[in-house]
Amino acid sequence: MAIDILMPALSPTMEQGKLAKWLKKEGDQVKPGDVLAEIETDKATMEVEAIDEGVLAKILVSDGTDNVAVNTPIAILAGEGEDVSSAASSARAPAAPAQEAQAAPTPDMQREGMADRPSPDSIPGTDTSPVAEPAAPSVITNRTSYNAMAEIPEGTELVNMTVREALRDAMAEEMRKDQNVLVMGEEVAEYQGAYKVTQGLLQEFGAKRVIDTPITEHGFAGVGVGAAFTGLRPIVEFMTFNFAMQAIDHIINSAAKTLYMSGGQLGAPIVFRGPNGAAARVGAQHSHDYAAWYSNVPGLKVIAPYTASDAKGLLKSAIRDPNPIIFLENEILYGQSFPVPKLDDFTVPIGKARIHREGKDVTIVSFSIGMTYALKAAQELEKEGIDAEVIDLRTIRPMDTDTIVASVMKTGRCVTVEEGFPQSGIGAEIAMRIMENAFDYLDAPVARVTGKDVPMPYAANLEKLALPNVAEVVQAAKAVCYR
Amino acid sequence: MAVAARKAGRVGTGAANKTTSTKGSMRGATSNSPQFDKNQDLSAYNEMLLIRRFEEKSGQMYGMGLIGGFCHLYIGQEAVVVGMQMATKEGDQVITGYRDHGHMLACGMDAKGVMAELTGRRGGLSKGKGGSMHMFSKEKHFYGGHGIVGAQVSLGTGIAFANHYRENGNVCLTYFGDGAANQGQVYESFNMAQLWKLPVVYVIENNRYAMGTSVSRASAQTDFSKRGVSFGIPGEQVDGMDIRAVYAAGQRAVEHARTGKGPYILEMQTYRYRGHSMSDPAKYRTKDEVARMREEHDPIEQVRRRLLESWKLSEDELKAIDSRVREIVNEAAEFATHDPEPDPSELYTDILL
Repeated sequence: MAIDILMPALSPTMEQGKLAKWLKKEGDQVKPGDVLAEIETDKATMEVEAIDEGVLAKILVSDGTDNVAVNTPIAILAGEGEDVSSAASSARAPAAPAQEAQAAPTPDMQREGMADRPSPDSIPGTDTSPVAEPAAPSVITNRTSYNAMAEIPEGTELVNMTVREALRDAMAEEMRKDQNVLVMGEEVAEYQGAYKVTQGLLQEFGAKRVIDTPITEHGFAGVGVGAAFTGLRPIVEFMTFNFAMQAIDHIINSAAKTLYMSGGQLGAPIVFRGPNGAAARVGAQHSHDYAAWYSNVPGLKVIAPYTASDAKGLLKSAIRDPNPIIFLENEILYGQSFPVPKLDDFTVPIGKARIHREGKDVTIVSFSIGMTYALKAAQELEKEGIDAEVIDLRTIRPMDTDTIVASVMKTGRCVTVEEGFPQSGIGAEIAMRIMENAFDYLDAPVARVTGKDVPMPYAANLEKLALPNVAEVVQAAKAVCYR
Repeated sequence: MAVAARKAGRVGTGAANKTTSTKGSMRGATSNSPQFDKNQDLSAYNEMLLIRRFEEKSGQMYGMGLIGGFCHLYIGQEAVVVGMQMATKEGDQVITGYRDHGHMLACGMDAKGVMAELTGRRGGLSKGKGGSMHMFSKEKHFYGGHGIVGAQVSLGTGIAFANHYRENGNVCLTYFGDGAANQGQVYESFNMAQLWKLPVVYVIENNRYAMGTSVSRASAQTDFSKRGVSFGIPGEQVDGMDIRAVYAAGQRAVEHARTGKGPYILEMQTYRYRGHSMSDPAKYRTKDEVARMREEHDPIEQVRRRLLESWKLSEDELKAIDSRVREIVNEAAEFATHDPEPDPSELYTDILL
């Protein structure tokens, strides 16, 4: 019986990849473990090994094909004793490139619990205007929301790039400007970054400034903070913020508190960055969203961008900032593309939220990947005649209370969205700030949509249940609108 | 108790350990140590005495309720930091844990500022916001004053990393105790320091007790000079009560680090006369043990004897030194008692730059 060889996933979040090269040709005898082909994604290059024995009957996807969706048949293997030509003719039509098939989530995406995380492509307006929203509307009181539109001069050319590329460019630009900036962490140099965020930095800046560390988070976080005390500006990459738990003592006790404890003498200009929160199917110890944890600590600034443009502009600001910064990225967002202004030195101020979508009926506040649910929900709500305003916090601490409050004074209703846990979460904090600043303007209690109050399960169905989803946001928004 | 005392006695003679190059022993304090000239002895005496008197005054002021919280005195350990400081040059950095008053004075930080920080006043080195365990001076290259046991080891390694990065030829002296030596991050730091050949000297101040737990009850390997063996970091046990031995070992260690050979470990065998902190009932050791150390190994007394016997100073000359030191300490105490508390507005300053 002919066996389909499928395009494999190199990581839990991979959706498509490039078939770089076949190492076997049609008619070759193949044994388990033989390397059949090389495939590439923007993150990594890997070899495809044969699992079954047989003859490579037909190659369905040729060398150099881009955007091959995971699980697409890429070749047919004739089993033992099977006629090679008849096996080859059992070929189905070659799969269409992934981009054309993207209208519906692939089964693989569903398997990975991805279906409810809309890609920005499917959110109208995202690709063309995430950084060029209209100015905030006038408000009833002197509360004013920040005008994020002014961050980009009118007429600036926008180029599409992934969040991953934007982060890399931000680091490279700052490293070119300032010799004191360096990157350290696990696999940041020779491996080119565990998630390829530091790709190319070693080649440009050398091993002195792009430093592979041993797997020793507590130690290298302390080394980074000590170096920062002397005025260097280390960017410390954690492979994920889950591993930063080993280093949290240095982040909080050494980095965040020293300026205060020294009466303002000794600060730590350091950026701790890396993916935070859930990726897909990696279980409880690799899926924790720490936004609320770090947001609790005076002496830190906490940033969690959604778009590539914000990722770039905020990371550049973070590197220049004289304070310790927690820069929370998201693995799912790394590969997503957004327009980024083509400017020599584009920065985004820390501590300013952005009104991503203007509306008048309900305010939805979110950040990072939570924005994907919020924006998709806003679309759904529009169909039902509810005009939602969506605020992207961008910075968690210091939180831009003014922008939230100005919006709530206009809409009278608020829903918060985050993947983190509910208790003492970012939503809880936002609700309290609204109570303190705009209680009289509320027409309904603030509602929060969060990750469920459970360690992240592994099983696909349970993981999907544990994460927030668009329907929950829609439901919460309708509830606060009494609809 | 008996066990602790007996074991501690064994550790005390460890300076004669065959694996080390320092022959100084706590028993024969004057025998094999390299000699100091008169100026070195005089300077060592002055500086150690300043720390001793400062700490005695701190203890007194703590008893009067002028100093709050935790207060860890350095009495008995003075030769370690003063001797090491003699082996450094301008630009070399110092970082330590919470028993830090002596290190600050040895770095040349103002006694008034240190004392006023202990009393939580606005003229304190951290404006009263840091306290006994948290003081810093960029000017004097002193990087704290850290309250988390072992944290200073990674931080000091990071300071050495910065020296290496800048190629400035400076060495970071990273002090920690026998207790901190069991922390995981110490070994993470050893690994990176040797891997990258960082200019750092790890000074392990083995005062025999991690708070109330004797070395033998907490450490599988009680020879701390061997703690870097698996990383290939050289180490020595040093009689930390003899400032000449400290200085000589310090010179070797600092030279090693400064010439690009990487980290070096010095186990300073020392002793604290007072409790772990002011609230320590010291039930874990005998009064005899403390008394014997004071009588037979006191670091200041050793120098004092040399000043009298070898350098023929008179008792009056020594008294004059003593009264000058007392004057500095009394002035500091006076200042720290009457300096106002920080302005309430200081509550919200220095959180972010």
